[in-house]
Amino acid sequence: MPDMEILFDITGMLFLLVVLTLLVKPFGTYISNVYQGNRTILSPILMPLEGLINRAAGVKQDEEMDWEEYATTLLLFNGMGLIVLFLILLLQGILPLNPQGFPGFPLDLAFNTAVSFVTNTNWQAYSGESAASYLTQMSGLAVQNFLSAATGLCVAIAFIRGFTRHTSQTIGNFWKDMTKSVLYILLPISIIAALLLVSQGVIQNFDPYTNSSLLQPVQTSDGQTIVNQTLALGPVASQEAIKEFGTNGGGFFNANSAHPFENPTPLTNYLEILLILLIPFSLTYTFGRFSGNTRQGWALFTTMMMLFIVLLGVMYWSEYSGNPLVKPVASGSYLEGKEVRFGIGGSVLFAVSTTATSTGAVNAMHDSLTPIGGMVTMLLILLGEVVPGGVGSGLYTILAFAIIAVFIAGLMIGRTPEYLGKKIEVFEMWMSVLIVLTSGILVLIFVSVALVTYFGISSILNPGPHGLSEILYAFASVANNNGSAFAGLNANTLFYNLVTALAMLIGRFVPAVAALAMAGSLSKKKYIPPSIGTLPTHQVTFVLWLAVVILIVGALTFFPALSLGPVVEHMIMNAGQ
Amino acid sequence: MENIKTKETTIFESGLLRQALLDSLKKLNPVSIWRNPVMLLVEIGSIITTISFFAGLFFGSGEPSWFTASVSIWLWLTVIFSNFAESLAEGRGKARAESLRKTRTEVMAKKLIETGSKEKYELISSANLHKGDCVLVEAGEMIPGDGEVVEGAALVNESSVTGESAPVVRESGGDRSAVTGGTKVISNQITVRITANPGEAFLDRMISMVEGAKRRKTPNEIALEVLLISLTVVFLLVVINFNSLSIYSIQAAGQGTPVSITVLIALFVCLAPTTIAALLPAIGIAGMDRLFSKNVIALSGRAIEASGDVDILLLDKTGTITLGDRQAVEFIPVSGRSEQEVANAALLASLTDETPEGRSVVVLAKNQYKMRLTELPHSARSIPFTAQTRMSGVDIDGNSYRKGASGAIIEYVRSKDGNAPPELEESVKSIAKSGGTPLVVCHNNEILGVIHLKDILKGGIRERFIQLRKMGIKTVMITGDNYLTAAAIAAEAGVDDFLSEAKPEDKLRLIRENQQQGHMVAMTGDGTNDAPALAQADVAVAMNTGTQPAREAANIIDLDSNPTKLMDIVEIGKQILITRGTLTTFSIANDVAKYFAIIPAAMISIYPQLDILNIMHLANPYSAILSAVIFNAIIIPMLIPLALKGVKYRPMPAEKLLMYNLFVYGLGGMIAPFIGIKIIDIVIRVFMH
Repeated sequence: MPDMEILFDITGMLFLLVVLTLLVKPFGTYISNVYQGNRTILSPILMPLEGLINRAAGVKQDEEMDWEEYATTLLLFNGMGLIVLFLILLLQGILPLNPQGFPGFPLDLAFNTAVSFVTNTNWQAYSGESAASYLTQMSGLAVQNFLSAATGLCVAIAFIRGFTRHTSQTIGNFWKDMTKSVLYILLPISIIAALLLVSQGVIQNFDPYTNSSLLQPVQTSDGQTIVNQTLALGPVASQEAIKEFGTNGGGFFNANSAHPFENPTPLTNYLEILLILLIPFSLTYTFGRFSGNTRQGWALFTTMMMLFIVLLGVMYWSEYSGNPLVKPVASGSYLEGKEVRFGIGGSVLFAVSTTATSTGAVNAMHDSLTPIGGMVTMLLILLGEVVPGGVGSGLYTILAFAIIAVFIAGLMIGRTPEYLGKKIEVFEMWMSVLIVLTSGILVLIFVSVALVTYFGISSILNPGPHGLSEILYAFASVANNNGSAFAGLNANTLFYNLVTALAMLIGRFVPAVAALAMAGSLSKKKYIPPSIGTLPTHQVTFVLWLAVVILIVGALTFFPALSLGPVVEHMIMNAGQ
Repeated sequence: MENIKTKETTIFESGLLRQALLDSLKKLNPVSIWRNPVMLLVEIGSIITTISFFAGLFFGSGEPSWFTASVSIWLWLTVIFSNFAESLAEGRGKARAESLRKTRTEVMAKKLIETGSKEKYELISSANLHKGDCVLVEAGEMIPGDGEVVEGAALVNESSVTGESAPVVRESGGDRSAVTGGTKVISNQITVRITANPGEAFLDRMISMVEGAKRRKTPNEIALEVLLISLTVVFLLVVINFNSLSIYSIQAAGQGTPVSITVLIALFVCLAPTTIAALLPAIGIAGMDRLFSKNVIALSGRAIEASGDVDILLLDKTGTITLGDRQAVEFIPVSGRSEQEVANAALLASLTDETPEGRSVVVLAKNQYKMRLTELPHSARSIPFTAQTRMSGVDIDGNSYRKGASGAIIEYVRSKDGNAPPELEESVKSIAKSGGTPLVVCHNNEILGVIHLKDILKGGIRERFIQLRKMGIKTVMITGDNYLTAAAIAAEAGVDDFLSEAKPEDKLRLIRENQQQGHMVAMTGDGTNDAPALAQADVAVAMNTGTQPAREAANIIDLDSNPTKLMDIVEIGKQILITRGTLTTFSIANDVAKYFAIIPAAMISIYPQLDILNIMHLANPYSAILSAVIFNAIIIPMLIPLALKGVKYRPMPAEKLLMYNLFVYGLGGMIAPFIGIKIIDIVIRVFMH
């Protein structure tokens, strides 16, 4: 009954989005209370702990940083994290908690993986269960899952302060922001989510992998009969929660959230999707609270949600229509690369959520999506990760888009442009352009190089336009710190390990530093009260205009690439070739 | 010089046109095009396609040579059109500057050897006069340089600067002491202290401003350029990316030919925001020029843009909101007298009174009360106003008619054994309360009534304030009047706020307070005591009749000395920004159609399936690409009139205005090229057959 299936899918999607929207206000309020130093429900438990950490680290209560100091501290902190993780990966063979006895990572893969987790990308050129020890997973990768998400939060909050402070030299204290992010926001919900996941069957143990015999022996193509399989185990639930909640996406297992130990039931599937979307969408409300006008926050929320729903619709339609060359499986729908337990709805919603945020976890193989479905995931990434984008990074990127939109719209109404009472001048333009265009420029350059070099195309497993899509997807994913992949690309080569690491570093830290620099410049400016001639940035016209600017910048930059990849694939598929 | 404010120079005047064409060729020099990086890249592209055309002639190439040639020609034209827009805008300024320059003739000046003594002077050329020199200027002589009258008073013809032929009074001390070099003394002699060194005079500054010689890009213009250059860099990478994509796709599809360099450059030029980049300099220069045609000189481009942001406007009451002088509007009788009687006595008391108030009484009596008397009998003796008596009037055959301040008249009738009727006080008070000035009229020892003198609002001032409010500008009236009078006039004029009993330092304080709260404040002024406030204001308009300190503190000079000019200035400031914004939107929106023209055309040999993107059904790949290039080029000259005249500014709420402009220039910009490219393609098809 396909009609019933559509009804079921759409109800599920709507239900999730409504729950999400209802959570945005309370959770956004909670976040703003945390950073504004107000009391929250968790204060009684966490305040003493926070004080202890601050005292131990020697952080003074009211010491603030200007943007240069904030940015330097942030870079050094992330640099240290990078080195530590790099060493753990190299040396895991001689470190404890390694029941399977995995050797250390090769140099280039260790570097790539360390960069990947520090930049909140979680591009995985290794396969989790057959390369990483429990120690690596827990104290290396999971720690960076927290810290990289917290870094994004810090930049976003500092950026918001740039708008809301007037004639101020400082934009906050990185150490305090970092402690608050982990302690008040990421940890509590991750703990709750991990317990919920365990209750649904996600595993959490330190046991060595077990062997079990198959109920139905499998015959391989070269005539061998397989009767046993190895079941990879480990502390999965604790990592699963922060993987989604911090929009990290690095799976414990190679199959990521498609693996039954990571994502066993439709319920965990929806829970994980909710975790993915919660912080990025809620931050818009936090922004509104900070700026004293929650409608400004809702305007950004609406822009994000509008694009999210439209692209979700396109993808669902495309996946539901399927490939005319493939006979639908029994349930009546096109399920190649998808898990039957999630169905089309659960798979499409997860795919859109994971690419719309910079998560990159997958519960279906994006490589097997229909060309248009695959294009939607790519487009969501290529739009710059703003619909709603990663933890923190989504907010500061869409704010940079908003500044560009305000600039042009401001001119069109005859005012030198201002946003939230701050004049947008040459410096702000440079920084906004850096935030918005850096990842696009990286994609254009690296795709151009990869397509015409031997090292680039030799990794392609599928020839033809789909190979092009795979390379495009790979660089879109790393430059925008998403981390998911069209799996049809052999990414663990020296070439890909180095260039993707480079793209991840630039794509993460150039916009972040630009956002901090702009925060510094904005906070120094004085506030201009709105008048009747001021461009209203919380009304329908502006919301639509912002959405158009986001779409146009993305479309104009990637029109040729998308035409020659997914669009051509779609034509070829429809022509029945 | 002839009158500079004669008719607006038409855009396509033939002389200007020829000069602009010549200049646009000269500007192809890369050194001069350097200032416009987007167009520099287009020029480099043109050079490459031209080379590839000649290379194709000698070594052969994969595409027809007519195609490469046509693309090259149209790319060159794109650059030339852009230069032409700028030259045309500059040309108009240059023509005006030329006529100004003619007035700057060198004259021999009588430089006083000792200050104070007019006997000893030496004759030196005006070009050698320096700041602080004192010169003597007599009737019929040209004032040799900008300066301040330190002694004497004279009538000066300033038409060379203002275009106004009626001479004006210039005298030492007070607010009318500034004189401009190149203007002519008509009567009397004055001693002038020179206040500007050679080359720095007002006229020189004016010339360099209208010429655009010293024109610096404004911060807003630079911010827009940042965006345009960034987009251009992205599009450059898109084209490089496109090249790689096509190389890979040929392998993938096993067919097709690589995209030629001509097509790549054509794609780049079409995508780059050439339309706005080409017109950007012209928009700024033309805005300056439009101001000038309204007889306003902006001393910096920044000031004009800032004026578009002004949200508080400080206006002096006298001369700005009201006519300079009060006028009689009503005769109010007391003690049972009729209005006719009051009018008659007031008329008699005023016939010899040459003050504007006196004249207004005569006018009122004649118009409203049909008084026919025009001349007094010979026996009449007129009594002029003095500061002691505070009244004026006439004595005719033993009858005395007086009008004056109520206190003075009451005292006068009492001295003749008359007394003041009880209702007089009430009438006087009610007039004062309404913001007017009461003048009491008496005949011998009897008080007949009261003349109501009123501040008369300038015609249309209310409407202008309504318009200002729609623009989002708050008006504040500044006056030395007491609170009651000020409140009454403020209410009548419809200003948003007022400052009564204002002293010069109050103005400065008011501006500072408002700026502290983030407002952009504009003010107009002419007196020396306005100078500090002018210097503080974001947009400071000085009257040309004002003093030298006021003119130096200001960043905009109004040659007509008409304070409501600020509204025109604000409007032009907004127009400049709107024109930039709308053309940017238009330019970027155009790209969508160009993609649909070029990508399928360039890819057809590799993926014939992509013909589905050829939604305009263009004839063939070559004509498709050429059509896009031609459209991209000819849109520039088509938009020159809009760039020079500016997009019309309609005062309406920001949200509505944005919606309107997005609709016209955003959506219009998206659709127009689909139509334009299709039409050009049809024309090309005709030529090819």
